[in-house]
Amino acid sequence: MAIDSKVVAQVAHLARLKVDQADSDALSSRLNDILAMVDQLQQADVADVAPMAHPLDVTQPLRDDEVSEPNIRDKALEIAPAAEDGCFLVPRVIE
Amino acid sequence: MHTKTLTELKAGLANGDFSSRELTEHFLARIKQFDGELNSFVTVTEQQALAQADAADQAIAAGQTGLLTGLPIAHKDIFCTEGVRTSCGSKMLDSFIAPYTATVVNKMASEGAVMLGKTNMDEFAMGSSNETSYYGPVKNPWDLERVPGGSSGGAAACLGARLAPAATGTDTGGSIRQPAALNNITGLKPTYGRVSRWGMIAFASSLDQAGPMGQSAEDCALMLQAMAGHDHRDSTSLNQKVDDYLGALKEDISGLTIGIPEEFFPDTLDGAIADNSRAAIRELEKLGAKVVSVSLPSIKLSVPAYYVIAPAEASSNLSRFDGVRFGHRCDDPKDLEDLYKRSRSEGFGDEVKRRILVGTYALSAGYYDAYYRRAQQVRRLIRDDFARAFEKVDVLMGPTAPETAFKLGAKKDDPVSMYMADVFTIGVNLAGLPALSMPTGFINGLPTGTQVIGNYFREGQILNVAHKYQQVTDWHRQLPTFGGEQ
Repeated sequence: MAIDSKVVAQVAHLARLKVDQADSDALSSRLNDILAMVDQLQQADVADVAPMAHPLDVTQPLRDDEVSEPNIRDKALEIAPAAEDGCFLVPRVIE
Repeated sequence: MHTKTLTELKAGLANGDFSSRELTEHFLARIKQFDGELNSFVTVTEQQALAQADAADQAIAAGQTGLLTGLPIAHKDIFCTEGVRTSCGSKMLDSFIAPYTATVVNKMASEGAVMLGKTNMDEFAMGSSNETSYYGPVKNPWDLERVPGGSSGGAAACLGARLAPAATGTDTGGSIRQPAALNNITGLKPTYGRVSRWGMIAFASSLDQAGPMGQSAEDCALMLQAMAGHDHRDSTSLNQKVDDYLGALKEDISGLTIGIPEEFFPDTLDGAIADNSRAAIRELEKLGAKVVSVSLPSIKLSVPAYYVIAPAEASSNLSRFDGVRFGHRCDDPKDLEDLYKRSRSEGFGDEVKRRILVGTYALSAGYYDAYYRRAQQVRRLIRDDFARAFEKVDVLMGPTAPETAFKLGAKKDDPVSMYMADVFTIGVNLAGLPALSMPTGFINGLPTGTQVIGNYFREGQILNVAHKYQQVTDWHRQLPTFGGEQ
């Protein structure tokens, strides 16, 4: 499943990354090297094998629905690149 | 003082041979003298370290000591530390001052540890050579033209050169064990879920695990005792009793069965690497261990499975870096999409971008079954191979890395060749097992390591195997000439 500059551009958009046209060919070639290595997975006989998400098959625990963490809004906003009046600032989204 | 192990330093503090302040000043002076060349630290927290040392000296005087009171430790710059920059080796987090402290750091501090600073690493822990760091490559103290391995390269190098007596690391595909092997130190990746991941910047959440890096197995046991345990803030941390790791070092190993997976000694392996690991296994046989051959047929697919699962999880984890809430933000974004794209493209380095793209591709519509689902199926085959082996043996052993430290730049433009540096370590992460690397001799003056893999929660047993080996050998006490040793 070789990928070309066009696929790189689509995937980069999904990942919200910018790929310069000048780097696109070199990047496609690196990604193809990685995918060629990964394609060894196709050799495996995985019929009837359930996908494994956790080695000990542990399930996520539930906790009581109570507030357990302190409110650190001010601390969180202090490290934001741009904040005002208790909110994160972003470029205008709604005209 | 820097030629003493953490365990010996602990005894020295208890005897009053030196104070924590003297000890801390000694290591801070070594960092000042040698780290310009090594580049193993991103941030040195001198004032904070001295304040912690003074507090430790008071605690010692008052007879109120914890497991690590007064002992200086370097933390990998992946652990959030309140008030101290936590960069994860990335431009993205170059100005990020964490608003809270990771559980691992908190637990060690509550046992009295002194934090010397934050160690350099591959960007977001993605790499096997420490060359992807925004802060420049770390050098290997055994040969300054070579890499220290990665991603915990700064931790391993500062420890190898004894700029710190102990360090923390994280291991997603070998990031504690491979650099441990390349720098002649001992490093342990615990069972997945044994140590809390809270406050540890996430790379691949189903694989990431923090662990100790020390001069000996005994040092690692001491550190793990402080690091391990359930944390309600990490839903994947396991609620299981923490063993007595130092106590485990007293157990007899005669009758221990060591399995040698044939896949860890392929025909293509460098003969000298194989010889060093086989010699280590023979030492353990002399101590009464039995050796049997085993097979892990699916492990040959561990690198391909990992390079689907880890990038897939990374592409999701790293989506949080959007230029809005914290981290790097581009100048003058013209709209929201421009803000996302330029902030991320400026903030991430090449390897991180490659992995995000691979992960995004593998998870995208039409490819999910062929890549992600299949990789998770192969992951089960790999785990089941290990489970079958552990029905017959207590531990598995083989080389940690297929080669000694390579030259800086040698694999930089060939990601797939770089990925193979972790060919023997990745399977353990996919299966969630504990494993350590211990020093087992040299090839042309460069260290080699041997891996000891245990069954789930058997950290005490593998630490004991390494400890017994280290009582009859002195590879782990060898020091590089860099740093004024020998």
